[in-house]
Amino acid sequence: MTVTEPSANQIPTPDNNLNDQKPTGFGRMLRKEDPRFVRGLGQYCDDVTLPGMLHLAILRSPYAHARIVSIDTSAAEAHPKVKAVVTGAMLAEHGLAWMPTLSNDVQAVLATDKVRFQHQEVAFVVAEDRYSARDALELIDVEYDPLDPVIDVRKALDPDAAIIRDDLEGKTDNHCFNWQTGDDAATQAVFDDAEVTVKQEMIYPRVHPAPMETCACVADLDKVSGKLTLWSTTQAPHAHRTVYALVAGLPEHKIRIIAPDIGGGFGGKVPIYPGYVCAIVASLLIGKPVKWAEDRTENLVSTGFARDYIMIGEIAASRDGKIRAVRTNVLADHGAFNGVASPVKYPAGFFGVFTGSYDLEAAFCNMDAVFTNKAPGGVAYACSFRITEAVYLVERMVDVLAYELDMDPAELRLKNLIQPEQFPYETKTGWIYDSGDYEPTMRKAMAMAGYDELRREQAEKRERGELMGIGISFFTEAVGAGPRKDMDILGLGMADGCELRIHPTGKAVVRLSVQTQGQGHETTFAQIVAEEIGIPPEDIEVFHGDTDNTPFGLGTYGSRSTPVSGAAAALVTRKVKDKAQIIASGMLEVSVADLQWDKGSFSVKGDPTKSVTIQDIAMKAHGAGDLPEGVEGGLEAQICYNPSNLTYPFGAYICVVDVDPGTAEVKVRRFIAVDDCGTQINPMIIEGQVHGGLTDGVGMALMQMINFDEDGNCLAGSLMDYLIPTAMEVPDWETGHTVTPSPHHPIGAKGIGESATVGSPPAIVNAVVDALKPFGIRHADMPLTPSRVWEAMQGNHTPPI
Amino acid sequence: MQVPAPFEYERATSVDHAIALMERLGDEARIVAGGHSLLPMMKLRLAMPEYLIDINDLVDELQYIRFTEDEVRIGALTRHQQLLESDELAAIFPIFRDAEKVIADPVVRNKGTLGGSLCQADPSEDLSAVCDALEAKCVIRNSSGQRVVEMHDFHRGPYETAVEDGEMLTEVRIPIKPNSSSAYHKVERRAGDWAVASAGAAVTMNGDVIADGRVGLCAVGPNLTNVQPISDALRNQPPSEELYARVGEIAAANASPATDTRGTAAYKTHLAKELTIRSLRKAVARATGQEI
Repeated sequence: MTVTEPSANQIPTPDNNLNDQKPTGFGRMLRKEDPRFVRGLGQYCDDVTLPGMLHLAILRSPYAHARIVSIDTSAAEAHPKVKAVVTGAMLAEHGLAWMPTLSNDVQAVLATDKVRFQHQEVAFVVAEDRYSARDALELIDVEYDPLDPVIDVRKALDPDAAIIRDDLEGKTDNHCFNWQTGDDAATQAVFDDAEVTVKQEMIYPRVHPAPMETCACVADLDKVSGKLTLWSTTQAPHAHRTVYALVAGLPEHKIRIIAPDIGGGFGGKVPIYPGYVCAIVASLLIGKPVKWAEDRTENLVSTGFARDYIMIGEIAASRDGKIRAVRTNVLADHGAFNGVASPVKYPAGFFGVFTGSYDLEAAFCNMDAVFTNKAPGGVAYACSFRITEAVYLVERMVDVLAYELDMDPAELRLKNLIQPEQFPYETKTGWIYDSGDYEPTMRKAMAMAGYDELRREQAEKRERGELMGIGISFFTEAVGAGPRKDMDILGLGMADGCELRIHPTGKAVVRLSVQTQGQGHETTFAQIVAEEIGIPPEDIEVFHGDTDNTPFGLGTYGSRSTPVSGAAAALVTRKVKDKAQIIASGMLEVSVADLQWDKGSFSVKGDPTKSVTIQDIAMKAHGAGDLPEGVEGGLEAQICYNPSNLTYPFGAYICVVDVDPGTAEVKVRRFIAVDDCGTQINPMIIEGQVHGGLTDGVGMALMQMINFDEDGNCLAGSLMDYLIPTAMEVPDWETGHTVTPSPHHPIGAKGIGESATVGSPPAIVNAVVDALKPFGIRHADMPLTPSRVWEAMQGNHTPPI
Repeated sequence: MQVPAPFEYERATSVDHAIALMERLGDEARIVAGGHSLLPMMKLRLAMPEYLIDINDLVDELQYIRFTEDEVRIGALTRHQQLLESDELAAIFPIFRDAEKVIADPVVRNKGTLGGSLCQADPSEDLSAVCDALEAKCVIRNSSGQRVVEMHDFHRGPYETAVEDGEMLTEVRIPIKPNSSSAYHKVERRAGDWAVASAGAAVTMNGDVIADGRVGLCAVGPNLTNVQPISDALRNQPPSEELYARVGEIAAANASPATDTRGTAAYKTHLAKELTIRSLRKAVARATGQEI
């Protein structure tokens, strides 16, 4: 069959839906989950309603830093519809006032001693309906004794700064951790004899995942069986179950976590938030199901933020543009509690890949993380565990170097890319890039953009005083954690199970440990199984998000579903197929070695008329009559896949912007994205992921920041203040791809979910800074709002923090 | 989901009924029309009215765009979308379509109303600047009759208007002048965002000179801008880039913006000038038939 690969910008019509090729395996097909989503029939946590269910609302602190003097709950308790009012002191009596974070720190479920960020959880009310619960919050009287807040991250380590974490024994400052990677001395040696060095401070502001669906849960503790069922907005249901077992002391077999449809996660639904724990406690206390659903403001001001790095970048290079070393010193704002959801050995996530896509002599990073009176979080928002920051640093720095050398930034990158024969390539910070062929990807993006023509156009426009910019980023991602020997979350190894069962009629159900939040698992995983065993995707049910009915695994974040669970799905299918082959040999009365596999059936080599389909085999496996010696009935298997390495997708992005010289408004005119995520399973889903990530990038680069005033009040508590880009702000994305399979992944696939979020911000910022070159501007920090761009044009650029 | 505090709700069956309800319920009652300012404030509990009087049924009395010889009368319940789509309105006052295209988004425009926008009196609200530039007059009704006030008297300050308790805005009247046109320019961080700053201009030509011109500014200070010096500078002047620049300087000098997350005071002051120039340039081009 000839498969027509439509260009990204072709529009499907009802008669010719290029995205619906109904493949048995890889290729474009419409998403199996979409019929319910486009009809508004998804079932989210807040759609769960149980008989007798009560509603929980949380009282939050108006102060960023204050001691709690007293809490009077009597008026709230007198509200006729209120069933319970609970404070931190009451939780403390049961040892539940504090809980572990995913970084082995602790976080208050409800504040007992003092509040440490504005909107921290102080008390909760359970009432008959949502309105009464919210009304009763106004009846709780809390007396606070305000303390000096630590808001400016640059002053957090000052000797006179207030100590935020006085709950930690012996804590005398606001230092969270120091982390180093690479070789300090070797890097210094390269800098000492380099012809050119450049240095630039750059800030990746605090941003927020801001998923369409906020966090929510329904906790139902059955009084008779003692079993807890928790419907929850979680990206990692199995990991959450284990953590609840360890924290609450509930036996793990008595906990069932159900993650129903999830309206976006982006990392924000990896942590366990106080609201979930409060709902569980409330259900335990009252003996009825309890729902907690946070509102938009609560989501923006209290759940896991992302980024918040002040990075000083340095590059050592030769005069002719050979990049020799990269060094960085980072000050990381972790908020009031270290809630980063990184693998334990990686306190800065995978920031170590800040060496980028370049062949270096040396590299070094020193990072200090500090506590401030801001909401906790840290790794969230499609960042591949801090690679967003790393890629921004190196790709911005390469442009700073290009500015200093007066060299074309494309040429400079091409001169330094790791060469194909160097793979697997070990970076100076110890990461082993599995595969790559970078230059063709870069050349393809340049060809699609018409790079030379764009530069000519820019030169003409500059003559006329018009401001046009061209920005490039070339990124390498590291996605698909584990392996388990290196990577774990709170001691749980980052490996994933998968189970496949073929029913007698040849229909299948595949059970995943990972949970989709919009990535299209129900389609992609059906296609992976289909490709391996020849059952059409529509005959394969993908089941996930229920810990009682799926094998253990670590969840969906860091683009790990396809690299880890996708591999598990392929391998478990091969295991089933191996058994099918033995059964087929019995049915066809030939040896296993004499069978030939044509996707969906085994035939006798040299006699294609003698064949059995996978459906025939499934019926035989369950049917009457004997199976070959030693073969059990049934056609199913289960495995747990432990990846031997991460996968390293990469891409070349080119952004074209126009800046209005009078108003300083930035218009993203074109954006060319060439991605390489290895083997492509469903190109339409990949394009969708890329489109979403690129749009995220426009948001971060041009309009978003979670900012605070000097008292620690969060100024981005609504979507009126924290802007989500719309179709109006983005161009018609021009996507392309190259394919460099991963050598260790069974089907050669790499993750794609975060590539565009990682790769696009530097391309956009580089384009804006390039447009402002006539003003002598070498760097400007995000978010590049019209006001900030105009101030930069006046020579008044100020960092956002 | 953000939930408002408890409140009582009544649907008015006529303007007289609505006014009678307001007189009876006092200052704890609020009129709800499109609800796109009031309801978000109630959900955030920034506003906690005890009574809502819903006037959305009063389409016959309050929703219209009527043209007479010398003025346009627009009912207070006229939706943004109707202002955007009216070709007749756009032909005479293109500033309305310019502004409505960049006010919020289609969902808001389908419900939000002219009267609601003016009565909310948000300093960043676009239609106040538009009506200011067009020398609009506001008709306010109470149980004893109605009065007509100029935009400058109507808009008393941030979130404060000449509409007293027991009164409601029912109509906006805009004078139609020959040889005139108008334009609106806005800078926003994102489609649907409030203005960082915006400016609307209306000019009346007399041959080769500007007989009369007005500029309304938005989001550059707590109150409507004092447009008189701008009008004085434009009167009987031939249009030119130099004139626009001079008037832009006056607009900037009259602006008193505050620094916030949308932009610095310096930038907004610059925009007062830049957007005044752009809107004047376009209004004159339209009035002289050089541009639509």
